[in-house]
Amino acid sequence: MGTLVRKSPLATVGAVIVGLVLIAALGAPVLATSDPIDQDLTVVLKPPFWLDDGSMQHPLGTDHLGRDVYSRLVYGARISLTISTLAALLGAAVGVAAGLLAGYLRGRVDTVIMRIVDLNLAFPLILLALAVVALLGASLRNLVIVMSITTWMIYARVVRGLCLTLREREFVQAVQALGAHDARIITRHVLPNVLPSITVIWTLEIARVILMESALSFLGLGVPPPTPTWGRMLAEGRDYLTVAGWIAIFPGLAILVTVLGINLLGDGLRDLLDPKVSAGART
Amino acid sequence: MRRFIVTRIVTAILVIFGVSVISFLLTFLTGDPAEIMLPPGATAVQIAKFRAEWGFDDPLAVQYWRFLRRAVQGDFGISLRHGQSSLPLIAARLPATFQLTVTAMLLAIALAVPLGVLAATHRGRAMDLIAMSVAVLGQSVPNFWLAIMMILLFAVSWGILPTSGRGDWAHVVMPASAIAINLMALLTRLVRAAVIEVLSEDYVRTARSKGLRELFVVMRHAVPNALIPLVTVVGLQFGYILGGAVVIETIFTWPGVGLFTIQAILNRDYPVVQAAVFILATSVVLLNLAVDLLYHWLDPRIRVL
Repeated sequence: MGTLVRKSPLATVGAVIVGLVLIAALGAPVLATSDPIDQDLTVVLKPPFWLDDGSMQHPLGTDHLGRDVYSRLVYGARISLTISTLAALLGAAVGVAAGLLAGYLRGRVDTVIMRIVDLNLAFPLILLALAVVALLGASLRNLVIVMSITTWMIYARVVRGLCLTLREREFVQAVQALGAHDARIITRHVLPNVLPSITVIWTLEIARVILMESALSFLGLGVPPPTPTWGRMLAEGRDYLTVAGWIAIFPGLAILVTVLGINLLGDGLRDLLDPKVSAGART
Repeated sequence: MRRFIVTRIVTAILVIFGVSVISFLLTFLTGDPAEIMLPPGATAVQIAKFRAEWGFDDPLAVQYWRFLRRAVQGDFGISLRHGQSSLPLIAARLPATFQLTVTAMLLAIALAVPLGVLAATHRGRAMDLIAMSVAVLGQSVPNFWLAIMMILLFAVSWGILPTSGRGDWAHVVMPASAIAINLMALLTRLVRAAVIEVLSEDYVRTARSKGLRELFVVMRHAVPNALIPLVTVVGLQFGYILGGAVVIETIFTWPGVGLFTIQAILNRDYPVVQAAVFILATSVVLLNLAVDLLYHWLDPRIRVL
């Protein structure tokens, strides 16, 4: 962590943002000022506290059903982080395994896996996710699975590439010559060497999944109500843009700041863990 | 060269075949398509009749073969909602979507190239910091939120742009910008990295040592070479852009394939969803094929598959 602060102040900013969002998500029951799904029709469309008629009772105002925007934001962080972290993990597990197999075994296995990757990349992912979620129902579990389908290929591609080069390195050939099993070589010698890259991709993919999950939620296909999600808050706020802009503005800012924090942290990690790619492949 | 082209085309055909399998299977995700296509109150007799009529009683392979045979003839079935053949319904909306996505791509490139080049030539200075801040912000902003904020600002408050629909060029500005933002951010970083790399090449040093002006060196020697990899990235991002269009079209009620498909998904109009997914994915595959071949031609050093 000390190295991170010294080498990359921006990544430190990112880490702080991510830390704050994590605290918000974990401490939601303590941090929230009211129940996020509690409707109170006597305080409908109250503005944030710094505007006329606003009060500290609802610091970021209320929505069209009198629900506290701040409390909903804090609880919404849980959904965004849970889905994105789990989906990125699941995607990483599948993608890394596929990439290791393709890169290490090469030949037919490689061809088949890489064609599946191409196939997956050809679909406008959000459309595929929408269609699948609409069919299977938008539960937390389904969303995690669908999101992981949109992310595993990236790991597979990168890990395969790394694996192809590692395979030719002397230390791998040395263990091969000593008669080690493929499984042992992959887990003990190849995997540790691709871990830094995986960590970097994982971080950046969490950011991407948060954006996609909120888009799905915005379109009405996220975790169903009454659970507060940033995407749906935004969608609901859209109808009150001219009279109560804050309902749509704050969830959007929450997504923006969270994703920004993760991206900054991911970039910093990349410079730190993966100096080889940091110059050439800044994508 | 010929071998590369042939292999690449064969691969593309295989991927399109896979696309057809997935489009076909979409209907079966929940188990019984008859149940989702019919209204909730349907009787057992109605369901049985529907299943027999649509051939859902046949083995899956038989159904797939029928789907594929019809699909290659452009027949994806009748839209459950519109009562017309799905393909023409989608084809009629393709131009609107292409107008939007192509404008977004051009906009992203037009902004990213100068920004990336400036950042690279002013590496580590204020210009670089500004360009990279724009890039990281652009990468993090939810485009649907940006779209709503633009509507609030440019349409509602200032009234200088139309809120929705498709008409003259003023209608394209906001949706295209909203789609372009994320791609612009990605491309800016790529251009910067590529130009930085090219600037350290021997031929750039030679050009400089000949006494050429820096501007000439950058514009004539560095930038053209740095932009070659951009072709592939822009091509690869096309699927992503189409995805962005799906969301943005619904916000601006832009009458394209995206809006139409979302409505079809929400209405459970499966023949339309199948056709849309198949056509959009196939167009991504074909575009990537074209890009690969173009890249091969642009940069003869690439002889790997």
